[in-house]
Parts: sequence; C-alpha cells; structure tokens
Amino acid sequence: MSAAETFDAAKARPLWHRIVVRPESVTLLLLIGAVFVSAWLSPFFADLRFVLESATFYIEFGIIALMLTLVVVSGEIDLSVAATMALSACLFGIAHRAGLGMPVAILIGLGSGALMGLFNGVLVTVFRLPSIIATIGTMTLYRGIAQVIAGDRSVGGFPDWFVGIDFIAVGIVPVPVIIFVILAILLGLVLGSTLFGRQIYQTGTNPIAARHAGIRVDRLKMILFTASGLTSAVGGLLMASRLGVVRYDLATGGELQVVLIVMLGGTYIFGGRGTIAGTFLALWLLIIIQTGMTVANIAIEAQLTVLGLLLILAIISANAIYAGGRR
Amino acid sequence: MRKLMLIASAAAIGLMAGAATAQDPVEIVYIPKNTGNPYFDSIIGGFADACAELGCSFTTVAPATAEATSQIPFITAQIQRGVDVIAISPNSPDALNQVFDRARSRGIQVLIVNSDIPGSEDHRDAAILPVDFTTIGPAQVELLGSMINYDGEIAILSATTDAPDQNVWIADMQSVLESDDAYADMDLVTIAYGDDDPQKSTTEAEALLANYPDLAGIISPTTVGVAAAAQVVETAGRAPDLQVTGLGTPNQMRRFIENGTVEAFQLWSPYNQGVLAAHFAMGVNDGSITNEPGQTFDVPNLGTITIGDDNVILTQDQPTTFNADNIDDFNF
Repeated sequence: MSAAETFDAAKARPLWHRIVVRPESVTLLLLIGAVFVSAWLSPFFADLRFVLESATFYIEFGIIALMLTLVVVSGEIDLSVAATMALSACLFGIAHRAGLGMPVAILIGLGSGALMGLFNGVLVTVFRLPSIIATIGTMTLYRGIAQVIAGDRSVGGFPDWFVGIDFIAVGIVPVPVIIFVILAILLGLVLGSTLFGRQIYQTGTNPIAARHAGIRVDRLKMILFTASGLTSAVGGLLMASRLGVVRYDLATGGELQVVLIVMLGGTYIFGGRGTIAGTFLALWLLIIIQTGMTVANIAIEAQLTVLGLLLILAIISANAIYAGGRR
Repeated sequence: MRKLMLIASAAAIGLMAGAATAQDPVEIVYIPKNTGNPYFDSIIGGFADACAELGCSFTTVAPATAEATSQIPFITAQIQRGVDVIAISPNSPDALNQVFDRARSRGIQVLIVNSDIPGSEDHRDAAILPVDFTTIGPAQVELLGSMINYDGEIAILSATTDAPDQNVWIADMQSVLESDDAYADMDLVTIAYGDDDPQKSTTEAEALLANYPDLAGIISPTTVGVAAAAQVVETAGRAPDLQVTGLGTPNQMRRFIENGTVEAFQLWSPYNQGVLAAHFAMGVNDGSITNEPGQTFDVPNLGTITIGDDNVILTQDQPTTFNADNIDDFNF
C-alpha cells in the first residue's frame, strides 16, 4: 500500500501538492502573517472599517494590477499605466471644465485611456518594439502631455455626486473595493477558464509556438494593451473622485506599485505563469502591510525596507515553485 | 456567575481605560512634506520643545516622497489613532481637501504649517506661516543696500522663471527700488534664473560676474541660488567689493559667513513655527484661544500673536537676518 503511494507521488504531483504548493500560497501565508503582525504592532489596526477605508488608497492600483497580470502572463509589460491614469484623468477634468457635461467627460476619460493602451499595442505589435521600452517611452510621453494640457495646477470643481466615491459604501465596504472584487472575479474567469485565457498563457509561454498553433498573437496583445489602458483610465477616474481634483502628477511612480503588486502575487515576469488570485491576495497584502505599519507610526524608510524584502521573498519563492513544477 | 464577574471586570477595565483616555495628554502629530529635510526637522524641533513644556504628546510621521497624494494614508492613520491635532505641511493645495474634511468631522484640529492652501482655506482650521511675505522684497533690498552703501549695480539670481513666491518678491523689490529715494543710486541691471539647480545657478552667477564687471551686489531670494552665488564670488575672490545676500539656511551659508564672503542673509525661523503651532493648538484645545480673526494670544519669546484674516497666523513680521553674530544660534 505504502509502496504504491510512493510510486504514485513520484509519477506526478499529487492533487494536494498542486493545490497547495503554488506562489499564491506564499502570498496567502504572508497575508495571514501580516494581519497578525499588524494587529500586534498597533491596537488601532484591528478595525475592519478602517482597513477597508485605507484600502481605497491602493484599490486604484489594484484594479490596474489585475489587468496588468494578464499583460504580464502574455509575456509583455505595461509601464505607462500610471501616466495613462494621469493623462486620462486630466483629459476628463479639462473636458468637464470646458462644460462638456459629466457623461461626456467620463467617456472622454475612458476612451482616451483605451486609445493610449491601443497606441502601446501598436508600438509593440506593429513596430515590434519590446514592450518595456515602448511603454517607458509612452510613460514619459503621456505624463508630458498631461503636464502640457493641465499645467502645474489642479483641475477640480466636479459635481458633488462625483466626488468621494471612496466614502460611498455598501455596509462598510467602499464602492471601489466592490469594483475591485467584481473585476477580480471577471478577469479570474477570463484567465482561468476561457479559451482566450488559455491563449494568453500559451502566448506568454512560447509566442512562436502559439503563432504556429493558430493563435492570433498580435490581436491578443492589442486587446490586452487596450484593456490595460482602459482599466488605467478607470483607476484615474476613481482617483479623481477620491481626491476631488486632477493634476498632471497624479499617481507619480504608480507603475512601480502596480508591478510590485503583480510580482508579489507570484506572476512570472517572463510570462506564461500567474493568476488573478495571486494578484488579488497581493493587493490585500500590500494594503495590510502599509496600513498596519502606517497606523503604528513606523518610519517610511522601514516600511520600504519591509516591502522590498517581501518582494524579493515572493519572487524567489515563485521562481523556486515554478522550477519545481516544471521538472 | 463566573461569566457575570468576567463581564463586570471587563466593564470596569473599560471604564478605567475610558477615564485614562480622558486624562491623556493632547496628542499632536506633525506631517512634513517628506522625510529627511533639515528645514522640516527644525519645525519638528520647535514642536517637540514646545510640547515638552506644555505637556502635549508629540509625534511626527512623513511619506518618502513629496508627491501630491503621498500624505493621505498618513492622515487617515492618524485619524484612526484618534489624535487631537494634525499639523501638516501639505504637498498639494487641494488634493488633501477630502481627507482634511474627514479629520475635522471627527473633531480633529487641522493646522497647515509653513504654507497655506490657497483656495482651500475652508478645509483647515488655521494656517501658520513663517513670516509676512510682503516684507521679504523690501527687507532684502534694504539689507543689500546697507551692505553696498546704497550705491552701484545690482543683480537678482532667482529660481525658475515661473516660481510664484520668488516672482512676487522680485516684483516687490523692483517697486521699492523705483519708489524709494534711498535706493535711487542702486541700479538693477538684470534678473537671472538658476532654476533652483545648483549647477545652473552657479553657471548663471558666473555669467553675472563676467557680463557686469562693476556689479556691486547680488540678491538671490532662494536657498539654492544664494549658496551658488556665494560660492562663485568666493572662488572669484571678489568678496568685499561684490556683496551677496538673499534667502538661505544657516547651515548652508555658515561657511560663507565664517570666511567673510557673505556679511548677512535672511530667512525666517522654521523652529519658531513649530513652537507657535504647538502653543496655538494647545490653546484652542483647552479653550484659552478662540480661533477667530482678530483674536490675539501670547507665546513666550515670540510675543503677542494675532490671528489674521482667513485664520492665517504669521510667526514673525520681518524676516530674521543672520550674520556672524547670531548664526551659531541656528541649526537648520
């Protein structure tokens, strides 16, 4: 009996092993640990209402990280996300200031985000630029345009119903958190159980093989980049609502936060591997750690050190687990 | 029975904790723009010393970057901690309005320190400014005039061409140079812009020396520019004939004062702002100060302070002049 079991285990990874030993498990363990450490650090932390309220500062990046997960799994990266947030939010603000009315202004914000994403897609698929280079370029470009059109001034004066979406809650759950959860479920289904999702994995694992297998790789990447631009615009509008104003320097450095969330979630930077569940857990890990340390008045230098160490730990464990799984 | 006793003792502990909270010292937190800036460390020093005297509990937290929204999580965390006063040098004139409103709705006093939030005055309780900024321009001209016997060519080395503070001060300088007969022999030949960049400021200062060989004085109303101008004049060995002054920090300018390159320069005291803010916060908290324009209160060593329009409070009327006699008293 026991001999048979050993034989079995050597032949293939048993089910429990496949379920438990994965990068998301590391993220989950870190998350559980972070909750306990945070509660121990400060008596003010263990308050769900406060944690959810603080979550709204990171949710905007979390929403973008969900979409970026798909982009990274397909073997690409989008570093222009934060600049897209800023430019689409500024275009939205300026459209509103010009008297175009809120529905039109919101459409301009979202549409411009999608266009910026599409432009990234064109650079990558038509001009064959490596996405890391192309989106570093558009990161500067979009931010620059935002500065030109908005100047060094805030654009505000939005109607009351638009300002403060993070204050609107269902029970104690703020609306942005609900949006994040719904998007996580949707994208989780897309990546995990649709043909399109399988094609994303295949493209990321081996784009040439994927092409030979009949996957329209360029079209797929174009869709992903456009969707990334669109979700960035959603993030930008959420931030505009939370702050009540837009500025060209909104979310400066946000692309690193977004990439950090995706990496913390165990997504493989070279593509082909990663899950929405990992990114979902990673966002909460980031929220818990940052909120816990901030409410405990821990100096920002120490906070950044902890985040850096966690990121390295997450990447090392993800790599080790992927290497083990490949065999 | 045991359960009942447990509940009773828990209630007792709760009551004691409640009583202890009521007697806790007033908690003041100060959030500077970002960490590691000696200027803000000096404000922190003022808060800490005043709180040691007044019996308030003082902490300071700050984000790593001075990005417009980076202070928001810190403010939310302080609201959760239940502090009584949030003093802040904000990174944005309006991006923090929503979170300020939330803090104030929980009964927290919100004080802006070192600069105001123009257009968003409704979202804070009061603003504590270092000095009456309208005195800066005339005071700088008078200081340089006294150093060059009110005679000769002078130049201004500013920050960027669109720096709002500097442009207001320069306009004040130009108008006082034109209108006041005492400065009739002082001739403003040019305004150069060093962009608050040490390299560019140095190059611009060198160009001033080369283009205007008879230059008698340089005013640089920005900390980067005045240090660069002093360095250039020192290197060129033009010290006694060409006077440099401006707005600088004592630590930056100490060397030039000690070796005689610069006679005197001006700024205000960030330390005093911290002291004033702590006194004001405590006074409002215990009801001894009414936070309304026109009301006055006394602060030791700072004299009688008046709350101005829009609840703006000036720490001092005129900028402080630093020279060889007093520079050792300052460390920021």
